[in-house]
Amino acid sequence: MTSATLLFLVIGLGLMAWFFGRLKAAGLQARDANARSVLHSLPNYHGWYVALWAILPAVLFMTVWSFVSPALITDAALTSPAAAQLPQDGFARAAILSEARAIAYGNQVNAFNPLSQSMVEPYRDAIAHYQMIGAIAALLLVFACGAYAWLKIKPDLRARTKIERVTMLLLLLASLIAIITTVGIFLSLVFETARFFSMVSPIDFLFGTEWNPKAVAGPRGETGFGAIPLFWGTIFIGAIIAMIVAIPLGLMSAVYLTQYAPAKFRSWMKPILEVLAGVPTVVYGYFAALTVAPALRDFAVSIGISNASSESALAAGIVMGIMIIPFVSSMADDSIAAVPSAMRDGSLAMGATQSETIKKVLIPAALPGVVGGVLLAVSRAIGETMIVVMAAGLAANMTANPFASVTTVTAQIVQLLTGDQEFDSPKTLAAFALGLVLFIVTLLLNLIALRVVKKYREAYE
Amino acid sequence: MNSLTETTRRPTDWQGKDMQKRIAGRYAAERRFKAMGMAAIALSAGFLAFLLVVMVGNGFRGFTQTELPLQIDFPAVTGGASPSQFEGPNAEANLQAMGLRDIVDSSIEIQYGREGAELFSSGGWTAVGAKILDDPEIVERQATVYLPATSEIDVAYKGDGTPAAEEQVRELKGQLSTGFNWNFLSNSDATDPMQVGIWGAFKGSLITMIVTLMLAFPVGVLAALYLEEYAPKNRLTDLIEVSINNLAAVPSIIFGLLGLAVFLNFFGMPRSGALVGGLTLALMTMPVIVISGRNAVKSVPPSIREAALGIGASPLQVVFHHVLPLALPGILTGTIIGMARALGETAPLLMIGMRAFIATPPSGITDPATVLPVQIFLWSDEVDRGFVEKTSAAIIVLLLFLLVMNALAIYLRNRFETRW
Repeated sequence: MTSATLLFLVIGLGLMAWFFGRLKAAGLQARDANARSVLHSLPNYHGWYVALWAILPAVLFMTVWSFVSPALITDAALTSPAAAQLPQDGFARAAILSEARAIAYGNQVNAFNPLSQSMVEPYRDAIAHYQMIGAIAALLLVFACGAYAWLKIKPDLRARTKIERVTMLLLLLASLIAIITTVGIFLSLVFETARFFSMVSPIDFLFGTEWNPKAVAGPRGETGFGAIPLFWGTIFIGAIIAMIVAIPLGLMSAVYLTQYAPAKFRSWMKPILEVLAGVPTVVYGYFAALTVAPALRDFAVSIGISNASSESALAAGIVMGIMIIPFVSSMADDSIAAVPSAMRDGSLAMGATQSETIKKVLIPAALPGVVGGVLLAVSRAIGETMIVVMAAGLAANMTANPFASVTTVTAQIVQLLTGDQEFDSPKTLAAFALGLVLFIVTLLLNLIALRVVKKYREAYE
Repeated sequence: MNSLTETTRRPTDWQGKDMQKRIAGRYAAERRFKAMGMAAIALSAGFLAFLLVVMVGNGFRGFTQTELPLQIDFPAVTGGASPSQFEGPNAEANLQAMGLRDIVDSSIEIQYGREGAELFSSGGWTAVGAKILDDPEIVERQATVYLPATSEIDVAYKGDGTPAAEEQVRELKGQLSTGFNWNFLSNSDATDPMQVGIWGAFKGSLITMIVTLMLAFPVGVLAALYLEEYAPKNRLTDLIEVSINNLAAVPSIIFGLLGLAVFLNFFGMPRSGALVGGLTLALMTMPVIVISGRNAVKSVPPSIREAALGIGASPLQVVFHHVLPLALPGILTGTIIGMARALGETAPLLMIGMRAFIATPPSGITDPATVLPVQIFLWSDEVDRGFVEKTSAAIIVLLLFLLVMNALAIYLRNRFETRW
């Protein structure tokens, strides 16, 4: 019996327990003429009370058992006569055992090592043995705990209170998943990065100017992990080119839509612009690589830049900027709307034209909010992956020529983790170090931006 | 401003020439500014239109294929097979035993000569098999079937090919025709662009999305309810809020690294499977659901809660019997938008190995699978010109799904959301 079937069986039995618990409570209620004053909780809650008692201990046991039983299975398999032929050497022994285990579980079909084949049978026996023990114990738990709860059903049992306490715990657990995820991200990045820094010096990584992880050979004294070109490429594409496109377009769209456009035009145009943010990034990447990049290269050649690359920082940056437009636009929209209308009305009453009011009053007043929005947009742009993977190329150049190919942190993470992943080579681990840098930078940008926006909101409240 | 000696201050001459010029200049600036605003909007919308036109223009051709007629004299080449062989449960086996590939190849040689095989897509013969199963009577007569041509001819016929292929097309002019490419909807990934399809990727996307929804929706809703309704104001609550806001802004590729380090390496889950993909995307989608769920819960007026409490409901009954049903449309809208984002996500799935070449559709959550956006990425990397239109066609399918999901979200919002 596999654990999935067992789980379904346990849940099925739990539903039956719900039924019996409810039945008993309803019976208690029916027996008394003045029922409502007698039964503390509704019969449904008694049903859930029994069901939870039946399911939770058994599921808890199954979880613990799934951690304990592999060790027991290996021990049992090693006492079989076939195990006597195994080599004493730890490494070879572990390899054979893991192969035999994979075959016994059905994850692998054939063994490379004949010794593994001989170990498969003992393994299968042990697995069947312990799975049987686990299943029987779990089912016994279901019946024992269910019966215990069923016997406890009395008119004054505070079933609802108990159920609500469990539900409350569930709510809290669901909220804690966010913290667990954040901690998980941080720990996994820090852990792998620490391993990377035990092979490559952090100074070389953060301040080195040569990025060429493929050429790295030796286990010690690695060079070619200088990430400065990647940082430059990321800033060049995400914070410079994309923002040159996104800030004017986003800001002006927001200004026009909030200050000039008739309500009907605005109600149509705003969702249309927001579609730009909803298009998947892989589509943008393909668009950049297929249409924008060749057009830009032809343009560069025609104005006399002969070494223009077909993968250019400009193509990736422009397309990324287009993607960011709705983001900048909605942030600017919010901050302009937050400027008190008295300021605007005052300026108009003094005889300023609308554009003068916008340029001299609204935008300066909304500037902190707009800056916060731009910082959020930058943090989104530097974390963007698919556009740069598909359009910016992989050559780690330190150049300010927008027609040249540059690479970014995210593109290199994808590149490093493609193909064979060996978790003891600095090449794979470097991806986690880059990820950590990206995580910290985006986190800081977000915190600063949110603080700026919050301060600004408070100023006008 | 000039000097203090100039004391005689006349009233402003509004009709004067200078003033008129100044006002005209200011109005011109006003018009310029307005035009700039309009240009920004036109440019942004223009980009969107251009993107869609390029994709649809390219992708439209991906749904068609160029076909060549082939006469097969079934009684002669099969040595007198009877239609009854291809009915019932043994049909597939009999078809395989017949050696259909050789039959098709020899028919091609009869009609198009020794080099004829180079005109047809290498997997095209399977279409003949499908035809026989469809209509077994066909084996008793001479029949003309339309088989897909090679990718080179296909591209050239649609007007974008190499000179050599253009030459072939000129020779075959009159015989080539265009048919709807059913393969594209029913096949999976392949090496020959004429045989690729999106069914495998679509199924992978579907399974992954189901896993994501099953995990992210309950957790997201419960967390939103806790934070909005019960959470006491303390350190822990602050920490939860900061984590959720932070998770919503973390680049998606970081979630891929998390999935790789934790789910694959630490827990040893199967690589490339929809299970790991769904888990990773669920962690990404959960904050979106929590944030939109909180807004929906917040918009339920306090009078509802007070009324329920007043007639004796427990705090939990208030929320689950009254607040949650009223907030559900808003929560669902947020969920669909979060799911649409997850459906278009590529980068984290590349990290956890969903970029392998997978020619069979997955049948469970642990089978190696790929998803639509990753399939698009893989095809975009192919050198063969035939993949360009297939990639765009797959993009059309993906965009259609996103459109449907967003339309559903808007419908839900308009239909069920109550303004209090």
